[in-house]
Amino acid sequence: MKGKSRQDYWKANVRLIATLLVIWFIVSYGFGVLLVEPLNTIHFFGFKLGFWFAQQGAIYAFLVLIVVYAWAMNRLDREYDVEEQ
Amino acid sequence: MDIQLLTYLFVGGSFVLYIAIAIASRVGSTKEFYVAGGGVSPIANGAATAADWMSAASFISMAGIIAYSGYDASVYLMGWTGGYVLLAMLLAPYLRKFGKFTVPDFIGDRYYSNVARTVAVICVIFVSFTYVAGQMRGTGIVFARFLEVDVDIGVAIGMVIVFFYAVLGGMKGITYTQVAQYCVLIFAFTVPAIFLSIMMTGHILPQTGFGATLLDAAGNDTGVYLLTRLDQLVTELGFSAYTSGTKSTIDVFFITAALMCGTAGLPHVIVRFFTVPRVRDARVSAGWALFFIAILYTSAPAVGAFARVNLIETVDNTAYESLPQWFRNWENSGLIAWTDKNADGEVQMSAGDPFKGAPVYTGERGSHGERLLSNAPTDNPGEVYIDRDIIVLANPEIGNLPAWVVALVAAGGVAAALSTAAGLLLVISSAISHDLLKKQLKPDISEKGELLAARIAAAVAIVIAGYFGINPPGFVAQVVAFAFGLAASSFFPVILMGIFYKRMNKEGAIAGMLVGLIFTFSYIVYFKFVAPEMNTPEHWWFGVSPEGIGTLGMIFNFVVSLVVCRFTAPPPAEIQQIVEEIRVPRGAGAAVDH
Repeated sequence: MKGKSRQDYWKANVRLIATLLVIWFIVSYGFGVLLVEPLNTIHFFGFKLGFWFAQQGAIYAFLVLIVVYAWAMNRLDREYDVEEQ
Repeated sequence: MDIQLLTYLFVGGSFVLYIAIAIASRVGSTKEFYVAGGGVSPIANGAATAADWMSAASFISMAGIIAYSGYDASVYLMGWTGGYVLLAMLLAPYLRKFGKFTVPDFIGDRYYSNVARTVAVICVIFVSFTYVAGQMRGTGIVFARFLEVDVDIGVAIGMVIVFFYAVLGGMKGITYTQVAQYCVLIFAFTVPAIFLSIMMTGHILPQTGFGATLLDAAGNDTGVYLLTRLDQLVTELGFSAYTSGTKSTIDVFFITAALMCGTAGLPHVIVRFFTVPRVRDARVSAGWALFFIAILYTSAPAVGAFARVNLIETVDNTAYESLPQWFRNWENSGLIAWTDKNADGEVQMSAGDPFKGAPVYTGERGSHGERLLSNAPTDNPGEVYIDRDIIVLANPEIGNLPAWVVALVAAGGVAAALSTAAGLLLVISSAISHDLLKKQLKPDISEKGELLAARIAAAVAIVIAGYFGINPPGFVAQVVAFAFGLAASSFFPVILMGIFYKRMNKEGAIAGMLVGLIFTFSYIVYFKFVAPEMNTPEHWWFGVSPEGIGTLGMIFNFVVSLVVCRFTAPPPAEIQQIVEEIRVPRGAGAAVDH
């Protein structure tokens, strides 16, 4: 059963990474690059929204993504009993 | 106390600190030399990674580049931070579990091939030397500007300091000096940024001041947003709006991707994650690293915008005699030049170059006291040349900050350059002593012998880097694209597939690395050196500039590896077992002691 469970652990990890990387892609390449023109028509405090994502928002989002990943993986490690002793 | 003396005190004091740390963290084993014994706390490693990562260019030049290119500079902001997400999720934890000392080590073992290892060593050396020459030069320039010593002497002083802690302390010495250097550089960057933000918008945080309304000279709210005002000012001068770009969307996309994947694939960054005790620490540590980097990277665009508004409002259409003192100071240092084309005694700004090339002063003074130039003027109305580095270097004076802040900026610039140089030199030395000598040429070398070889390699690398710092090849500025492009097109895909695709074999990996490398290398060399006159969007493939071509090289690498791999034998069972092992955290402690 140990082998099976390790494979499930890996699948869960890959699923988590895929989800987070989709967000990573959307906030930077999506909001900051591809959709920057339409988003710039929206104002967010004194910023045009697309510009804000490209120079500020994406960086904050990256930080949150890493924190979420580190936290979720610690849980996953314990759940599948593969954490370091 | 005068600025000169304060600067000597601050820079000298920081050197004493670095050397003291180096002596306190002398090492006795190769494991300590290569990966600091694997016992660095995740927060310390995060700070060390941030200092390792943020070079003289990040510290001195980035805010200026943003100030002059507005939205276009977003590629650097996103590219140089987004890579940490990839690093945290796709590379760092598994490489930590693998528990070896260097990036070529992983590639050589995972792809059971000394050919792969050697290709990796060559890439490491090329990428790192490209980068380190610029750092040594940066150290020299900071010395020259703040301490009024010769650039070459500045480089030599930098070499001696790095020699001290890199050769003595190896990774352990470097790690703890980098932590100290991070503190120096972030303090030096944020103090002027905060003062500037308060002065311009009344906000303490530059990050919120960036989106706030401007204050007038008396401190009353004008009700006009900083960025609105900036867009208006630059368009009046004939530039395109600050908040919209001039690069094509596809180029912005490709450059950002090349910088992100290049960041994640740079050996001197990856190797920092070998120094933490556990897999979970590697994940957390990437978060700390990005946090420490983000403090500077979210302030820099604000600083750029504040400084640009301030610069235009202070200088444009102002009589030369009534300009603040800093304008003349930096004119005397050769970073500002003014030529009164319309003879009205006032300084006019405009898009485009005021005259051809960098300023050449005749040594005489004009009727207003300005330094006269021998450059041929252009026919646009702009009269003033302003070096972009002014944005950071002159900030303390522009904001009327006390003299000690100027001294602090000098110490910060030196810290940024030295910390990056040291990290790169260590990667070069370990690639030679460990991956070439120990793993290939002389496998029976003793622990002591390998440590000695590592120290000699580090010393030789410092001398070569110093040589390039003193005699910079003309192309230093242009080869930055190399480091990221090559890291993205060679290391990133190979390491990624080594972890996530068990079936990837040595044939696929070697073929992919070579194709990615040769393609990217040729494209950059062609457009930067062979036919620079062709370096315009209509000649680029798919409109991708040499800065962004690493992304295409990376795609070729992936495709070629996957195709070749399908037609060749799968990797041996024990290699597949290694891949299984690096995917789970348990047992990381044991793996490192080999």
